[in-house]
This record gives sequence, structure tokens and C-alpha cells, in this order.
Amino acid sequence: MGRSYQSWGNYPKARNQRVIPVHWRDAPPDLQAIDGSVLAYGYGRSYGDSCLNENGTLLDITPLNRYIAFDAERGLIRCESGVLFADLLQFIVPRGWFLPTTPGTKYVSVGGAIANDVHGKNHHVAGTFGGHVTRFELLRSDGSRLICSPTENAELFRATIGGLGLTGLILWAEFKLRRIPGPYIAQEKIRFGNIDEFFAISEDSDKEYEYTVAWVDCVSGGDKLGRGIFIRGNNAWLARLPDKSAAPRTLLTMPFDLPPFALNLLTVRAFNEVYYRAPLGKVQHKIVPYDPFFYPLDVIDDWNRLYGKAGFLQYQFVVPRAHDRSAIKEILRQISASGVVSFLAVLKVFGDVESPGMLSFPRPGVTLALDFPYRGAPTLRLLDRLDQIVRECGGALYPAKDARMSPQMFEASFPNWRAFSQYVDPKFSSSFWRRVTGQAQSGK
Amino acid sequence: MRVMIISATSAIAHEVSRCFAADRAALFLVARNAERLAAAADDLRVLGAAKVETYVADLADLSTHAALIEAARQALGGIDAVLIAHGVLGDQKTAQQSVSATLELFHINAISYISLITLLANHFEAQRQGCLAVIGSVAGERGRGSNYIYGAAKGAVAIFMSGVRNRLAKVGVSVLTVKLGLVNTPMTAHMKKNALFAEPAQVGKRIYAAMLRGEDILYVPSFWMWIMLVIRNIPERIFKRLNL
Ligand SMILES: Cc1cc2nc3c(=O)[nH]c(=O)nc-3n(C[C@H](O)[C@H](O)[C@H](O)COP(=O)(O)OP(=O)(O)OC[C@H]3O[C@@H](n4cnc5c(N)ncnc54)[C@H](O)[C@@H]3O)c2cc1C
Ligand SMILES: NC(=O)c1ccc[n+]([C@@H]2O[C@H](COP(=O)([O-])OP(=O)(O)OC[C@H]3O[C@@H](n4cnc5c(N)ncnc54)[C@H](OP(=O)(O)O)[C@@H]3O)[C@@H](O)[C@H]2O)c1
Repeated sequence: MGRSYQSWGNYPKARNQRVIPVHWRDAPPDLQAIDGSVLAYGYGRSYGDSCLNENGTLLDITPLNRYIAFDAERGLIRCESGVLFADLLQFIVPRGWFLPTTPGTKYVSVGGAIANDVHGKNHHVAGTFGGHVTRFELLRSDGSRLICSPTENAELFRATIGGLGLTGLILWAEFKLRRIPGPYIAQEKIRFGNIDEFFAISEDSDKEYEYTVAWVDCVSGGDKLGRGIFIRGNNAWLARLPDKSAAPRTLLTMPFDLPPFALNLLTVRAFNEVYYRAPLGKVQHKIVPYDPFFYPLDVIDDWNRLYGKAGFLQYQFVVPRAHDRSAIKEILRQISASGVVSFLAVLKVFGDVESPGMLSFPRPGVTLALDFPYRGAPTLRLLDRLDQIVRECGGALYPAKDARMSPQMFEASFPNWRAFSQYVDPKFSSSFWRRVTGQAQSGK
Repeated sequence: MRVMIISATSAIAHEVSRCFAADRAALFLVARNAERLAAAADDLRVLGAAKVETYVADLADLSTHAALIEAARQALGGIDAVLIAHGVLGDQKTAQQSVSATLELFHINAISYISLITLLANHFEAQRQGCLAVIGSVAGERGRGSNYIYGAAKGAVAIFMSGVRNRLAKVGVSVLTVKLGLVNTPMTAHMKKNALFAEPAQVGKRIYAAMLRGEDILYVPSFWMWIMLVIRNIPERIFKRLNL
């Protein structure tokens, strides 16, 4: 199939990109010989422009998908950077291991997971993916190949984790897996009526549950503001379900972009009404396979096309603990009042586990991820208003989800970016990087 | 299962090897680049192959063939299935200007196959069971101005294989000719990709299944069977005028 080499949000669209596939780690392309800048590209599951390189070259790393070594006793795996989480899971889960942490889609590469230092439902106990990486090999444009670990080339190690692909090309990586008793999760769902209830449930749950997350209704205002479903779980000890085995689910594919009217206020409201009708406060228990628990959206292939050709914007921020309640409430109020609809709103409390990454996004506090169909100026104006709230309380935006933050907002989110930038490989760049460092206009 | 993969560093062959590795087969891998061969072997070991042995050889050198087959037989204690996959697409425009370049392309894509198939056919005939599979191409079904040196070689191998199949059918050995359409691999890295391109993982699984089932001819993806049916039936009088 021809790949599109755009980002998951389909906004913005990058023009004039050359693509060079990287097939072998023994003979990577000569980067100096390439005109203009280069950037690694995995599975394009970043939403905005951090995986795009307009007028430059993308290095498609997905053919680099070989395993190198697996220590089945210690759960230590070494593989090339294009290995897909979905393939890795098929290999490790039957052997009693799981990813140390995983984003909400399994269609990401190991390289992408490191470059965005991804987080998952267990952030409050496990931290980010980068915290489980023991070492990797980094190819720099001068042709040097450096083994980076907490003790060897330690600064480059820290810069590359969460380094947005800018420090060079990761050829392979080694990381620690987590032991699991079986492929199932003991899941509990609790409906909450408002944001204060969310915080109460979250505080209790984070002590006893490995995985916690919540879905929030962003359409309803007033006393329903911030109602939602809290989902928590632990690995179940069962090796298989007593009644029927979990049959593999067939994937649905979104065969074409939906017309723009398909996802409007009415359809989202109808969805939310059905979804949130569960009884308030009551805990629903269920044993579920890991797949629908961690990857509910992966059932529909190319679900991003639900949003039509114009694409959509993700907006994910974190606000520090001191201000979390007031900021989340204010942001939900702004969204609900704006009439702009967010279909998926995911809320999670981040823990204190520190990441080695210099430019990592997660930090202690609360994170909310929203998505908005792109409707031009009104959408952008709303997000600018949200930026202000996030900035005022010392929060940050997630680059992996961003297509529009200003250089000022980037600086506020990552005050140490100048220190980081000394590790950026001179040949590497991205549309995102040029935008947030203000090089976009100068055409560099 | 004891399986020999000739040109184990081919992207497509590697995907077939992965299926066998997941089945805990014992594998004997042949390729010319030692470093890449080691990378392929590591992957298959991790995936669960019962045993992985490697052998470095330039397949254009026919004198290596008997030895490498013997080495596989020794290492695995016999050979149940073989896949031959090496190939060079070449550049038609430059090759057609030179007899030696044309023959060189024909040598690696056809002569080296004929040499290997001959030796392996005798092995399987004596063994009276097993599977011999080779990777061919839809390009081997009709000569096109843009690609006929490669196409003629693939076509020669297909006819040779059909004869071997006819011969070995009597002793219950399956002989598979894979006819591939376009696949996204290093061989086609320079081409602009479109919806006709298949992914190596998907192609590898199909070849693996066809080898287990003992199929004769396999088009992958299967729609190429219909495309080629049409292409084969265009009268030469018209075909010769087309830009293909
Ligand atoms: C449905 C969905 C849910 C998601 N949920 C979460 C979530 O819960 N938590 C979370 O943190 N993220 C989440 N994400 C975002 C996603 O995890 C990240 O964007 C991830 O990095 C995508 O990986 P990729 O392989 O597609 O990389 P791409 O998007 O292709 O690239 C991402 C970055 O990695 C760099 N990169 C890729 N490979 C290499 C390499 N070999 N060497 C150097 N740099 C490299 C690229 O240059 C780019 O900067 C989600 C995305 C989707 C679509
Ligand atoms: N990709 C397609 O669209 C397509 C379509 C139809 C048919 N095919 C056929 O599929 C087969 C596999 O190709 P692929 O697509 O997987 O491409 P590939 O990954 O480039 O594999 C081709 C392999 O042939 C090897 N090779 C070439 N000359 C050799 C020699 N003299 N000695 C030893 N090995 C040699 C190469 O080894 P090195 O790595 O050492 O160079 C390479 O591993 C080929 O027979 C090809 O003709 C491919």
C-alpha cells in the first residue's frame, strides 16, 4: 500500500517531502549526501507536525524491524527501532511479558516511543517509556554511531529520549519489559458526575491500581460539567477466560474520509448520552483481554478519517498539581461554552516518576487530551484561549499532539529547550521544530 | 521441519523465514552479505527457530552451489523444504546496450536458479518428499520493452520449474512457483509507490502457507492472476505498440 507520510491528524499537510527507506542497520543512507534536512519517520501516529519535514527528507525506519536479542529470564529485549508495538506484543505476551508502558495505540514504533517519550495508563507507577530504556545506538549525520545509555554518552541519551527525533537516527534500542501473569486485565469502570468526583476516585485508585484513566464528556455544561467514566485495572492472574477464549477481532476499516457534517454536536451528544448512562458511582467489574483495555481505538483502522479531509487537532496539556482542579474546570467551561465539540477527551493524573528525557512532556500533575475537528479560525481561537490558561498555571503542551503552538507557548512548556538544542544534530529538523523555534519564516 | 532459505537477506524471504521460525523450524540461511545475514539470523533465533545456521555465498558463483546444499544437509540432518529468492532487477536501459551486462542479469536471475534447482530436484527426487519453492515474477509472463531481460530470466525459470514439477509430482514432491506482483522491498525502493504495492510481511505469509499446502503456482497478491490473464491474451500485434 502506498503510505501517505502525513501525520495522524491530517493537519497540517506537509508538502514536498522526499522519502528514503532505511532497510539495514549495517548500511544506513549517507546523510551528508542528502540535500536539506532529514527526519526519522515511524508509523506517523503523531498528530501534528513533529513527524513531518516539509521540503526535506523523511527516513522511513519501518523496514528496520528485526529483533536482536531477548533475555526471557530478565525480560530484556533488544530490537531495531522500527519494530511495531503490535508485533512486539504478539511475541512477548504469550511468553509472559508486556510493554513497560504503552500509549493508547499499538501501531507505534520503538523509535517513535523513545523520541516522544510516550506515557500510558500506568504513568503514576511506571513513568514514561524512556525510563525503561537501557541503551540504544544513535546514528549522527557525521556518520558516527554512538551507543547511548545512562552511563555512556549520557547527555545524548537524555536528549534523545523525548528528543522529537532531532538528535539523530535511533538504529536499535534495548529496554526492560514487565512480567505479567496472563493476557487479561481485571477492569473496573466507575461513572463520575463531575470533576471533583474524578479527583477523589483518582486519588484512591492510583494507590491500588496499576492502570488508571478517565473519559470525560466535554459537551455537557452546568452541573454535568466534567462528568465521565473512570477506568482502572490490574493485570488479572487468569491465563485464559473460563467461558470462551478471546476470539481475534476483525478490524473495521474506515474506507474513505467522512463528510464534515458526520461528527457534529448532535452525534457526539448522542454518543455521550449512551456512553454515560451507566449508574453513577457504582463499580462495574469485568475481565477483559489487554487489547480492548489498552487500545480501544485500534479496532477501527484509520479512524482518523472519521474527521474528513480537513483533518483534526489534538490538544493535550499537563497542569501542575497546585492548580489542577481550577485549570481543568476552567478549560472544560471554555470548551463547553464555545460549542466546539471534542469527541475524545481523556483525563489522567501523572505520577512523580522522573524521566531521563530532557524534553519529556509528562510531569507531576493532571493531563487532559482532547481532539477537535479542524474548522479553521474558530478552532484555533479556542485553542489560543486554552493556551493562556495552561500557561498561567505553569503547564505544558505535548509536542506529539501539537500542530499549532506558538514559539512562546513552546518556551513556556519547555523552558530548557535551548540547553537541549545543543544536542540537536545539525542535519536533522522537522516542521514542528522550525515552527516552535521561529525558523519557519526564515526558511531555514 | 528443516528448511533452507537461499537468499535469506531478501526482504520477502525473511518474512517467510519468520513464519517458519515461529513454527520452531530448524533453518539454514544462505546469503552473500555476512553482516546482514547475521542480523536476519538473530531475528529468527529470537522468534523461536529451533536452530539457525548461516552460510555465506555469492550465488552468481555456480561452483558454490553443490557445497552449500551439502552443508545444509549436514547441518540440518536433511532438508524438507527450500525457498530460493535472490534476484537483481537491473537497469534495462543500460543493460540492453551491452551483451555482457544482459548476460550477467540473465546469469543471476536464471542460470543460477537452473543450477540450484537441478541439484535440489535430485535431492528431493531421492528423498521422495518435501517442497521446492522459488520466487518468480509476473514480469516473467510476457516480455515488455522496459523490463524484458529480467522478465525473460524469470520466465525461463518458470518454464524450467513447470518441467521439474511434472517430473517430481510422480514422487510426491511439491514444487511451487511464486509469481509476485509489486512488493515494497529494497528492490523497488527507487519506485514511486501506489496502491498496487504489497507489503513483504503479507506476501511472506502467503508464500509460507502455499509451501505448507503444497501449491503449484501462487500469484501474490492474488489479483495479479486476473491482470496477467488479460495481459497474456492481448494479441502481439497490439501488445507490441503498447508502452509497457
Ligand atoms: C490513537 C492514538 C493514541 C495515542 N495515545 C498516546 C498516549 O496515550 N500517550 C502518548 O504518549 N502518546 C500517545 N499517542 C502518540 C504516539 O504514541 C506518539 O506520537 C508516537 O511517538 C508515535 O510513534 P510513531 O512510530 O508513529 O512515530 P512517528 O509519529 O512517525 O514519529 C514520532 C517522532 O519520533 C521520531 N522517530 C521515529 N523513529 C525514530 C528513530 N528511529 N530515531 C529517531 N527518531 C525517531 C520522529 O522523527 C518523530 O519526531 C497516541 C497516538 C494515537 C494515534
Ligand atoms: N519486490 C518486488 O516487487 C518483486 C516483484 C517480483 C519478484 N520479486 C522477486 O522477489 C525476490 C526477492 O526480492 P525482494 O523483493 O525481497 O528484494 P531484496 O530484499 O532486494 O532481495 C534480493 C536479494 O537478492 C540477493 N542477491 C542478489 N544477487 C545476489 C548474489 N549474486 N548472491 C547472493 N545473493 C544475491 C540480495 O542480496 P544482498 O542483500 O547481498 O544484495 C538480496 O538479499 C527476487 O527474486 C525478486 O526478483 C520481487
